[in-house]
Amino acid sequence: MLAPSIILFYAAATLTLGGGLGVVMARNIVYAALALLISLMGVSGIFLLAFAEFLALVQILIYGGAVIIVILFALMLTRIEDFSQLSDHPQWPIGAGVAGLLFFVMVASIVATQVRTESERTSVEFKELGNILFTEWAIPFEVASLVLLVALIGAVILVRVNGERN
Amino acid sequence: MIELAHFQILSAALFCLGLYGVLARKSALLILMSIELMLNAVNINLIGYSALAESSAPHRALGQVLVIFVVTIAAAELALAVAIILRLYRNLKSVDVDKISSMKW
Repeated sequence: MLAPSIILFYAAATLTLGGGLGVVMARNIVYAALALLISLMGVSGIFLLAFAEFLALVQILIYGGAVIIVILFALMLTRIEDFSQLSDHPQWPIGAGVAGLLFFVMVASIVATQVRTESERTSVEFKELGNILFTEWAIPFEVASLVLLVALIGAVILVRVNGERN
Repeated sequence: MIELAHFQILSAALFCLGLYGVLARKSALLILMSIELMLNAVNINLIGYSALAESSAPHRALGQVLVIFVVTIAAAELALAVAIILRLYRNLKSVDVDKISSMKW
């Protein structure tokens, strides 16, 4: 008899991988974006199963709320003739070979490596996470916020038409 | 019973899917989506270690902290990449990465 947690894990993993497969296989780019959403929600489920509730919420908010919307906006703004019918790059068999080989190497090394693990999943409390984030990791945290600010200002400047004031 | 290997293999599979997408797709936006998949694969790995690897209390939150940084950088990267793609589309009327070759010798 399988434990409920492992059944939920397989369900979330199926969602994640199925969505990922949709992203790389879909002929319609809008379907690919929606498959990406499914995949990211599956990842959020995986986070919940690892007792990372905060990150599961962050995942839904940032990826479901912001990233997918930005990508859909970009799709609408770059509407082109071959919008509905996409073709893959002619070198796709090489890509499949490289990805398959990498997967094989990764699985082999995962199976061959012994990591000392806890017998049960352990959770990190919000309090502990906030504490470590604002003490030990305070400076990287501030630098990350600065990176985000610079990236967003840079994005605005990049898309602005030259010399246009409004 | 969920084990660390479950997280690791799921992460490896998702990463390889993303890698295939980056190598096989032509549209810059689809490549961007595949990169998001790869970043999420890394996050799954980090969270798996955070939940299951044997560690002392102060280090247990480390995986989650790293995931927060990865998500931040992913958001910054996405904003810049979308801006660059919009700019390319305005200049070249295409988001096909094969047509962007003016800086190739």
